Amino acid sequence: MNNSVDFQTDPSNYRHWRVDYNGAIANVYMDVDDNGGLFDGYDLKLNSYDLGVDIELADIVERMRFEHPQIKVVVLQSGKDRVFCAGANIRMLGGASHSHKVNFCKFTNETRNALESAEADSGQKYIAAIKGACAGGGYELALACNYIMLTDDRNTSVSLPEVPLLAVLPGTGGLTRLTDKRKVRRDLADVFCSTEEGVKGKRAEQWRLVDEVITNSRFDQAVLERAGEFAAASDKSDVSEGIVLTKLDRTFENDGNIRYSTVDVEVDRASRKATITIRGPDSTPTNIESFIDEGANTYLLRLARELDDAILHLRLNELELGLLIFKSQGDHEKLVAHENLLLQNADHWLVNEVLQLWKRVLKRIDITSRSMIATIEHGSCFSGILAEILFAVDRSYMMKDEFEDDDRRIAHISLTDANFGMFPMANGLSRLQTRFLGDQNFLQAATALKAERLEADDAEKLGLVTMALDELDWDDELRIFMEERASFSPDAMTAMEANLRFAGPETMETRIFGRLTAWQNWIFNRPNAVGHKGALQRYGSGMRGKFDMERV
Amino acid sequence: MEDHVKVNYDTRIPNNVGLSSDRKVLRALEKWHPGFIDWWNQLIPPRYQQSMVYLRTAVSADSKGWAKFDYVKMPDYRWGVLLAPRQEDRTIPCGEHYGAPAWQEVPGEYRNMLKRLIVIQGDTEPASVEQQHLLALSAPSLYDMRNLFQVNVEESRHLWAMVYLLFKYFGRDGREEGEDLLRRSSGSEETPRLLGAFNEKTPDWLSFFMFTFCTDRDGKMQLESLAQSGFDPLSRTCRFMLTEEAHHMFVGENGVTRTIQATLEAMNRVNIDDPYDIDEIRSLGVIDLPTIQKKLNLHFSLSLDLFGQELSTNAANAFNAGIKGRYMESKLEDDHKLVDDTYTVKTVKNGKIVAEEVPALTAINMRLRDDYIRDAARGVKRWNTLIRRNGVQFEIKLPNEAFHRQIGVFKSVHADVDGDLIGKEEWDRNVSKWLPTSGDNDFIQSLMEPCYEPGRFASWIAPPRVGINNMPGEFDYVKLHMA
Repeated sequence: MNNSVDFQTDPSNYRHWRVDYNGAIANVYMDVDDNGGLFDGYDLKLNSYDLGVDIELADIVERMRFEHPQIKVVVLQSGKDRVFCAGANIRMLGGASHSHKVNFCKFTNETRNALESAEADSGQKYIAAIKGACAGGGYELALACNYIMLTDDRNTSVSLPEVPLLAVLPGTGGLTRLTDKRKVRRDLADVFCSTEEGVKGKRAEQWRLVDEVITNSRFDQAVLERAGEFAAASDKSDVSEGIVLTKLDRTFENDGNIRYSTVDVEVDRASRKATITIRGPDSTPTNIESFIDEGANTYLLRLARELDDAILHLRLNELELGLLIFKSQGDHEKLVAHENLLLQNADHWLVNEVLQLWKRVLKRIDITSRSMIATIEHGSCFSGILAEILFAVDRSYMMKDEFEDDDRRIAHISLTDANFGMFPMANGLSRLQTRFLGDQNFLQAATALKAERLEADDAEKLGLVTMALDELDWDDELRIFMEERASFSPDAMTAMEANLRFAGPETMETRIFGRLTAWQNWIFNRPNAVGHKGALQRYGSGMRGKFDMERV
Repeated sequence: MEDHVKVNYDTRIPNNVGLSSDRKVLRALEKWHPGFIDWWNQLIPPRYQQSMVYLRTAVSADSKGWAKFDYVKMPDYRWGVLLAPRQEDRTIPCGEHYGAPAWQEVPGEYRNMLKRLIVIQGDTEPASVEQQHLLALSAPSLYDMRNLFQVNVEESRHLWAMVYLLFKYFGRDGREEGEDLLRRSSGSEETPRLLGAFNEKTPDWLSFFMFTFCTDRDGKMQLESLAQSGFDPLSRTCRFMLTEEAHHMFVGENGVTRTIQATLEAMNRVNIDDPYDIDEIRSLGVIDLPTIQKKLNLHFSLSLDLFGQELSTNAANAFNAGIKGRYMESKLEDDHKLVDDTYTVKTVKNGKIVAEEVPALTAINMRLRDDYIRDAARGVKRWNTLIRRNGVQFEIKLPNEAFHRQIGVFKSVHADVDGDLIGKEEWDRNVSKWLPTSGDNDFIQSLMEPCYEPGRFASWIAPPRVGINNMPGEFDYVKLHMA
């Protein structure tokens, strides 16, 4: 595990954040440790952040949901004077490899989305309380909150100076949230995004950049009041205590393999692939009380956290493993029983949090820039919640008929309510809706067969798997597919898959990942930003970036 | 080479690839087999199906066992799957993987390229049988009829060989392609064969000889280059097929030789010196040399088209990937990569044919075509020796590569048989001197009377100097079924 980034942390290890919990209100203070950068070569001045800072924020947001369900309002503010947040650290970006920049942006975007959706999914409303400079990624962080309060001290402004200052985009959702979420008029957005110093005071409110502007002397009090009002108005049910998100049961082995309690990751570097095997539950709680007693040990929560960690690890620390193969092994019936318990108690706060987490993990899979397939082997347990993985990956292969010397139960899959809208993709549709966009008959046929045991021929006919293969074809077809995939350009694969995965309507989320991110990644490859005379490289040198003025 | 690689007859399909323990391929082939038999039965007139034909069958894949002669009814011919013995430590002979161990399994990254090559090769095999399926009705002798059938069963077995590769290595896709090989049909409007030359008719025996001389020689060159494949099963398959392909060349060259022989003998008999005294010569029931030249012009130019575009990225890719080599690749002495090499090709610039240096990788097709022309020229030389010995002033020539082309840089120009560029008018004025006219074809057709008596030969063709398997010319090569 040398030099690799660990996405697991806990409050005892935070270097950059503090959280105070007062009844239904939590105060999250961003107070970045200058010397706490994840890598060498930069100081995290002025509450600027790097991946390490964001990993802590993601942890805070996650634990807020599970460990502090009594919290209804979260106030996000700075722990420093005169600066809210200066955004992503520019020297870090200037020195980072292209792949790191891309991965960094993807993770920070996912964290912003998780924070933003906390209100709708978990009843936890985030307020950004801005005092002091709020620039770039700092304002994007505020944009992800559900309510933005700005002090009017004749100095504090919000700004997106990326374009004039750095020749890159506000790529953590900034451009998209301006227009899609806050519905800032496009010409004003244009002015705002090309004005380095940003906009302050009343004008920020008039332009819809913030929700409320308050005189500096009243600001703290107003924030307090507003938090209280929001908490009082919240329809989130009162929960006396949360559960503790215990440390993951996780072992890294020397060859890169990882063992979790429900997930195995096996790495094959020569073939540039990793196999992710999900184990079904050994047992399931019989009622909601025992489910709560299990806490972080309950199956689906463990699985979601472990799988999430595995995906993040592979994304950031295993750049050359271009193909992820999902498998499952386990007892169908036990999984179905577990799922039934959850679905029947879906309005219980903890069940809800587990299901919402599973939704986010599935979305994380959706936008993972690796070729992904699922192999549905004998003895597998792709039912309902796990079957969603089959519809998230690029292709699926299913074992058909018996295989010699294989006494595992014959491969089958089954659909449940989980597959029909409970876990929408970024485009707002279920994965099956997206899959069968062109033919509603398929969707109806699949709906009619809910809970049926579908073996390979049926699954193939229903369009639920890519190919059903018998024993004679299985090894060869898979080997050849994998070799072929490994020979293609990783860039072309990433781009092709990202295009094919998200059919259907655009949403703010798809626009962030599909449009904003794609353009940002283009800019990240262009000399005007990253060349040695580019703006990103020259930032802080006193020299302006030198641009090739040709429009492309 | 291992000693005497035995053919395994423990399934219905003779093979030396361990078919009985390869359930996957066996199942696919058994499913395909009835369709193949149907195809064969519908193609070859029933009378000949019932006849006993003195055929050569391979009983093993080495030099001793590949030629076993006996009477057999064609439907009982032992179609099978035979690969040349595996060479230990064979390496990839060309391209970027040069020197690495040859692939025993399909490399995934080249799967589609390989499949395409095998499908195209496989498509030509049944196509030629389809083109020739009515020729037996006008066979000039039982000896020739037997040779035709030998070619037919072997081309069909070559289809088996390609289908085996598709089934063994290309899974579901391969099985679909195997079915399609039976579904396409030469000359069909709906589902024609893949290559143009294989949708042309073979209306008469001189066409058949020219086809085997010219077009089967292209097949031979393609097989030669696939025999150099880094994908070892393909290489082994093609190496074994080449032993049979040589016989097809022989049938073609020998058939034309005997046609010329009959013409020369007839001319000498009545003391005609002038080979252009066409009416007189034709009245003797033989085919005049200028007409033979025209037939050669036609078939040779059509066959050159089979080599494709002069500059080809596909060919470059296949070579660089190591899945298709050059003719005699393993005997060539260069780096086998050709990354910085050039090759001289003829092209058309400003209305002139000029030589041009191009990157050798992209000129792989041209190089193979040049090897082909050299190979064909040797046969022509033997014909000319025969003509000279008989005291006739005539020389048969291969037409220039620019003549009568439908594919490549010469497609857009007119050239005469010597390769001089000419205008459309001049072409129209002279084309009847260079290519067979309908009158020529009618005349040839008029000679196509069957000759089914053992030891008898049609007027226009001489008996062979030596029979098959050292049997005499009057040997009963086909015991015709009398319905």
